[in-house]
Amino acid sequence: MAVSASPLVEFRGVEKRYAAGAAAAVAGLDLAVERGEFLTLLGPSGSGKTTTLMMLAGFETPSEGDIYLDGRSLADRPPHKRNMGVVFQNYALFPHMSVAGNIAFPLRVRGIRGADAAAKVEAALALVRLEGLGDRRPDALSGGQRQRVALARALVFEPDLVLMDEPLGALDRQLREHLQIEIKRIQRALGLTILYVTHDQSEALTLSDRIAVFADGRVQQLGPPDTIYERPANAFVAGFMGENNRLAATVITQQGDQCAIRLAGGQIVRATAAATFTPGTAVVAAIRPEHIEMGEQPLPCCNALDGRVDQLVYHGDHRRIHVGLDGGGSLIARVSADRDVKPGDRLAIGWCTDRCFVFPAADGSNPGGEGS
Amino acid sequence: MIAVRSRSGRLGRAALIAFCALVFAFLVLPILAVVPLSLNPGGFLVFPEGGLSLRWYRTLADSPQWTHAFGNSFKIAVATTAIATPLGTLAAIGLSHMRSRAKPVIVALISAPLVMPIVVVAVAFYFLFAPLGLVNGPVGLVIAHSALALPFVVIVVHASLSGLDPDLLRAAASLGAPPLTQLVRVLAPLAAPGIAAGAVFAFMTSFDETTVALFIAGPEQRTLPIQMFEGVREQISPAIAAAATLLIVASTLLLGTAELLRRRGERLRTGSAAPDVGA
Ligand SMILES: Nc1ncnc2c1ncn2[C@@H]1O[C@H](COP(=O)(O)OP(=O)(O)O)[C@@H](O)[C@H]1O
Ligand SMILES: [Mg+2]
Repeated sequence: MAVSASPLVEFRGVEKRYAAGAAAAVAGLDLAVERGEFLTLLGPSGSGKTTTLMMLAGFETPSEGDIYLDGRSLADRPPHKRNMGVVFQNYALFPHMSVAGNIAFPLRVRGIRGADAAAKVEAALALVRLEGLGDRRPDALSGGQRQRVALARALVFEPDLVLMDEPLGALDRQLREHLQIEIKRIQRALGLTILYVTHDQSEALTLSDRIAVFADGRVQQLGPPDTIYERPANAFVAGFMGENNRLAATVITQQGDQCAIRLAGGQIVRATAAATFTPGTAVVAAIRPEHIEMGEQPLPCCNALDGRVDQLVYHGDHRRIHVGLDGGGSLIARVSADRDVKPGDRLAIGWCTDRCFVFPAADGSNPGGEGS
Repeated sequence: MIAVRSRSGRLGRAALIAFCALVFAFLVLPILAVVPLSLNPGGFLVFPEGGLSLRWYRTLADSPQWTHAFGNSFKIAVATTAIATPLGTLAAIGLSHMRSRAKPVIVALISAPLVMPIVVVAVAFYFLFAPLGLVNGPVGLVIAHSALALPFVVIVVHASLSGLDPDLLRAAASLGAPPLTQLVRVLAPLAAPGIAAGAVFAFMTSFDETTVALFIAGPEQRTLPIQMFEGVREQISPAIAAAATLLIVASTLLLGTAELLRRRGERLRTGSAAPDVGA
């Protein structure tokens, strides 16, 4: 069999209900993790990310479906035989062991002792840049240091796969960004396969090779960060990834993925359709503030609308303009801080067809679609 | 107005302190009263008037009856501890893993010997053990004492486990530790202070247990409390006060140990968080 061609991990039709009759915490999950990739499960709290990770680690059992590691079912394999490194949000370091004792733990249970183990522990400490701290107790370390120890402990036994559940969630922003860089460096250096969980979209965009956006226990979209950000598959993804203006509209015509829509204020614009619509369908058009262009004259290549500046909000490196559209409706645009606009100014705004996406109006949370 | 209120406040405070002192005196004085009684050089159970003497302690040490009773109590308490501690620890571990609604029922069943009138428990054991030939022997007494001590162990160990981060065991499993290794290398060391405290409670429960011993122990298993009980009836001598004083000292030491262990366990589990400086 072409084992090397099969993905490292495969969820096939996995569903999890914590109690009979309860809502599914995870449903219809088909997901493959390729060797050497950094795959992030991204979604709001309660969307089933942890449940997915815990099923893979073996701490929860799927109610339906099966998970495969290297093409073999994990159904009957207990957690301690799965050979996966797990990093927990609250570190889960053993408080009665030193840092070195913690890192040596997975080696000891594998029968590796003595100089062999000591060398591996040293190498792991060096990898996370904690040389010389092996004798410390976990409670004598800062939060960032503790998470590095947890990482070293999860890597020292050379697991097939590393699972991380919001590992940086308990740290402040600066430390978090610092450790993100470290994790990425280590992943590249060792060619690790990492399945990472976070609810922080910027963290997901920074770290991942691919992102699976979760909502309501389902994968909403799976793809590389730029695709997820620039070509959201549905209204949920568009709303969750960064900021988006959401404009209510109805479809007039559609040709391929190009369509013409009428906004609630009566304006007619062209946009990219994320699905096939019949004319008259109620839809939501999503457009990011940074993709709205503006000038004093009507803009040539884009959809052009007239409006007036209602409000200006200062954000340091940029400003946000709240624009009231002629004919009704409003949206937010982003401009550089030095641009000279003031409330009451009239202006023309516009956007390119491929920057504006049209989704079914009702879909929001549970379209069950993956990709588009 | 303010002065009045503060004066009445002071009065109230003084009354409160006096009342508390009274309650403490009521609780502690009768117990401490046996200490001077035991130091009486004379032959009667009265407060010493002349000097103090350790003569009754010598009497205890020299009397085969008393040393035998001490020895009996000690052996039975050790055996009880050896049985109740592992059983109670395992029960506590099982309970702490339980998510079922039956859990409170099981806790109530385990604590039944605690809440039942002790004389009922004693009679019940007597009727259960008599046909089995377990009365008038040490085995029956150890079994009964173990049943009485078990709930203490379960409660103390369960409390020490409930503060434990469940992710620790998951972490151990993910690192390759099978369940037994998780138990031995992670759970047991972290729960050790709680288990030791449970053992102390088990020992004390058995060591001074009187009612069940009166029903079940034979003449050969005359334990220290029985010896004291009968000593009071037969020959009132300050030796009883000396034995009581020894028991007070032993209980205080053991309780202090249990409390120290409990605090140590708490420290170990929570591990004071260091400030988040630098990475
Ligand atoms: N042990 C559990 N028992 C019952 N329900 C649970 C349990 N763990 C999670 N859930 C439920 O499953 C859903 C998904 O939770 P979770 O996987 O923790 O989401 P996330 O990690 O994305 O925040 C939530 O509705 C949550 O309440
Ligand atoms: Mg979670």
